[in-house]
Amino acid sequence: MIRAWDYLMKNPDMVITWAVDHLMIIGVALSIALVIGVIVGVIISVPGREALADSVLYLAEIVMTIPSMALFGLLMLVLGGLGLSAIGFLPAVIALIVYGQLPILRNTHIAIKSVDPHMIEAGRGMGMSNWQILFKVELPLALPVILAGLRNSIVLLIGIAAIAALIGAGGLGVPIFRGLRTARYDLIVIGGVTVSIFALIIDGFMTLLERWITPRGLKRS
Amino acid sequence: MIELDQVTKIFDDGTTAVDDVSFTVEQGELCVLLGPSGCGKTTTMKMINRLVPLSRGKILIDGKDILHFADTELRMQIGYAIQEIGLFPHMTVAENIEVVPELRGWPKAKRRERAARLLDMVKLTPDDFMDRYPKELSGGQRQRVGVARALGADPEYLLMDEPFGAIDPITRVDLQNEFLKIQQDIRKTIVFVTHDIYEAIKMGDKIALMNGGKLIQFDTPFNILFNPQNEFVSGFVGRDRALKGLQLIRAKEVMRKTVYMAQATETVEELKRRVGPEHEKDEIPVAREDGTFAGFVNLQEADSGRVSEHLKHARAVASMDTVLDEALSVMLSGERNILAMLDHDDCVQGVLTFSDIQRALSEADQSRGTL
Repeated sequence: MIRAWDYLMKNPDMVITWAVDHLMIIGVALSIALVIGVIVGVIISVPGREALADSVLYLAEIVMTIPSMALFGLLMLVLGGLGLSAIGFLPAVIALIVYGQLPILRNTHIAIKSVDPHMIEAGRGMGMSNWQILFKVELPLALPVILAGLRNSIVLLIGIAAIAALIGAGGLGVPIFRGLRTARYDLIVIGGVTVSIFALIIDGFMTLLERWITPRGLKRS
Repeated sequence: MIELDQVTKIFDDGTTAVDDVSFTVEQGELCVLLGPSGCGKTTTMKMINRLVPLSRGKILIDGKDILHFADTELRMQIGYAIQEIGLFPHMTVAENIEVVPELRGWPKAKRRERAARLLDMVKLTPDDFMDRYPKELSGGQRQRVGVARALGADPEYLLMDEPFGAIDPITRVDLQNEFLKIQQDIRKTIVFVTHDIYEAIKMGDKIALMNGGKLIQFDTPFNILFNPQNEFVSGFVGRDRALKGLQLIRAKEVMRKTVYMAQATETVEELKRRVGPEHEKDEIPVAREDGTFAGFVNLQEADSGRVSEHLKHARAVASMDTVLDEALSVMLSGERNILAMLDHDDCVQGVLTFSDIQRALSEADQSRGTL
């Protein structure tokens, strides 16, 4: 513990680089996962597409069960085959997008499906188009649940992103794995503790964000 | 004017929900679609704004076939009120009311102003309520907002699907009365769905009584009660049709207008002299100097002194606009058989007695079959 502190004091720039890399990977992956997850979630929630929704969610769940190591390996093959960089930032981000998808996708789907049909009928009865119903009624009502999905997804990705160090994407996985290989517990502690702190801070931040974004009328008092 | 011409709805699974229904709602009239659950009344209403597509037949609004409009265009012209559950919880009261004006592209200032006017109309102080959210309101207040929202862009037509369904009976009566008052001013053409015959009789200019998808009788509330066309109608009306009839008749139609009025300042002797021996056992309403009602004086009990010393039953009053069943319940709750009938200024315009109510009812019943 003390040695970890010493290391941090002596090499603050190293630790900061790892942390920034880590956040970069998560940030990029999450933004893309959010867009895809919400769009796909909305598409599969259109009435009459129940079968599609089932298969998409099933597929997403299967992907989630693939161990991250195996997924990285798979991506290396695919990306290499396509002539793209098979290690580093790109495969890491793609893997995280894949993993981060499910909580967002599933929550979007559940949230939209659970919008009270009376609300939708009220909107339709007042002359809203399908798009207006989506943007003025369904998405605002679904927002708290979608945000909860986003939060699950972030916490999940912070952990998985550490493993991305193995394919050379950098991040806080670097000191952890280096420490494991060389029995340098101080490095493991630095990586592990920073990752945990990130998880806590971001979780707290998401709580604030949820509170801030959720319309007052939907808050539980 | 809304005209339904041989309207039929057959759902995909083959069930006929509405079967060859034709009727016309005249301009400015409130037509109630009434019937047991599953009778097709809600489906019929929803075909008017095409929430449910027609299978056969025609619906004309203002003489124009509804199929000539785009869905959204048609619906923006027809106010739509459903149970309070239909308010959007993520929007404030004002935003809810402004939904249709916004869809129609009204500028913000005009929308706000309209929302404030409508809140006033439904007796909610705009400054207090505009920025509240639906969950911060009581059930009755939400229902009021629901009515205001339906009137948002001042549509000529209104569809109301059990708009007062989910609230306690007392608030409900208040809302019904207020809505009737509003309707007297705005004179919209309204289709109103309910399963409650009391509400139908009270609210409707016409009632379309439905069963099993068919229109059984389309008539005035009076004729539905007292000239039922068949067994189903009389069964639905029930045995207490006389009691229900009480809602149809306003107190001012049966009250006695020519009554003796006592002045609070005169003496009992003077009063007795004035009314003569045939009324010496009566109860006489007493007016204050400004003409407002002060109470009754019972000439059998009072013998001397000023009338003001013998005032009783100051609360045995009702507005002359109340319907008989409300007047009757005032009588029953106060154990009185005579009420003073007041106008808007609280001045006595007449009295209503229990026997007046009986007389009105037996007249209504006798007219059965002759209309």
